[in-house]
Amino acid sequence: MSETALAEEQSSTEVSSSKIVTLRIAKFNPEHDSGQQYVDFKVPYERWTTVLDAVLDVKKHLDHSVAVRYSCRQASCGSCGMKINGRPRLACFTKISELNSDVVTVEPMNNYPIVRDLVVKLDKMFANHKKMQPYVIREDSEITAPTKEFNQTPEQLEEYIQFANCIKCGLCNSACPTMATDSSFLGPQALGQAYRYVADNRDKGKYSRLKIIDESHGIWRCHFAGSCSQVCPKGVDPAMGIQLLRGYLLGFRK
Amino acid sequence: MKRNENREGIKGMANPGRYGIERFAYWLMRITGLGLLAYFIGHIYETSNIVNGKTAWENMLSMTQTTEGHVLLTLVIGMCVFHTANGIRVMLGHGGYGVGKPARPDYPYTPASQNNMHKLCIYASIGLAALAMMYGMSVLFGE
Repeated sequence: MSETALAEEQSSTEVSSSKIVTLRIAKFNPEHDSGQQYVDFKVPYERWTTVLDAVLDVKKHLDHSVAVRYSCRQASCGSCGMKINGRPRLACFTKISELNSDVVTVEPMNNYPIVRDLVVKLDKMFANHKKMQPYVIREDSEITAPTKEFNQTPEQLEEYIQFANCIKCGLCNSACPTMATDSSFLGPQALGQAYRYVADNRDKGKYSRLKIIDESHGIWRCHFAGSCSQVCPKGVDPAMGIQLLRGYLLGFRK
Repeated sequence: MKRNENREGIKGMANPGRYGIERFAYWLMRITGLGLLAYFIGHIYETSNIVNGKTAWENMLSMTQTTEGHVLLTLVIGMCVFHTANGIRVMLGHGGYGVGKPARPDYPYTPASQNNMHKLCIYASIGLAALAMMYGMSVLFGE
């Protein structure tokens, strides 16, 4: 493609943009900044433009220093979680047109340490996830002693499949009001995953997991605000998992 | 390197507008709980005055007969009714009742745990509290 054709293509892209939005990006580098600063950028958008597209547009054309984490662009990897207009969302799954606002403010998710700008450190969430023993626990195995299959009916699969959709984006932990004040709380992500394995009929590690979550900063700190379920982009509903899990601990469920 | 934890703190709880009526109920539950705790402490202080004799007791009691005292008691009635009614909803939910059944989620992923029954219970708790406050006011100010 010739340089002229390329220039024409770029300019036609801009001309076809019917609207302009102000993208307000929170910038912060903990290594040398004392606080967050908001920088405004005018970005053209179409009906289908996502917030991630707009942030990447800014990064490409207006400010290369904007730090953002992303990968799949299709709500599968859970990398681009951020606070968009005050609510945790996936940037790749949120269209600017559906926000109905002339100003779109993007900030890093709450309740996680900031690495830089929109990027947060998810180490603690993964550590809590690991604490839940996120694997099927049993002594025999389909792999090492392939004498039988672990049968599962469609009804048994329904018991946990919803919770297996978790992509570990961390939006639920960011929306949780308990996480906002208790740094030791396990969080809805980890507790939802604990339910995922407890409800799996192939698993034999129920009591081991219930013991892990039955502590002062564990499941009892959830007060059923339900914000975790409202922000989940995959329909996991951690609030339901936590209450069902609590049903096991209280003896209402077997 | 010192990292900013970026926690919202109490501010995160005190901004219930972003997540719908459930978060508002959560916030109201905290506020009414603290209000009732404050009333409980004040109530113990008030009733303990009986050991100081009849005059001291009547002086203390007369404070609740003022307009400010009536407003305070009306608020206590509202807090008490909301906290009780919403508390029953939350307790049942904590036991796993009324939070829906796990199922394969379909877009747009409306969470089953935030179902209409819960919303209705929250509105009913607020309505009951309002009714109780109105009744309380009619009794207290209608003398």
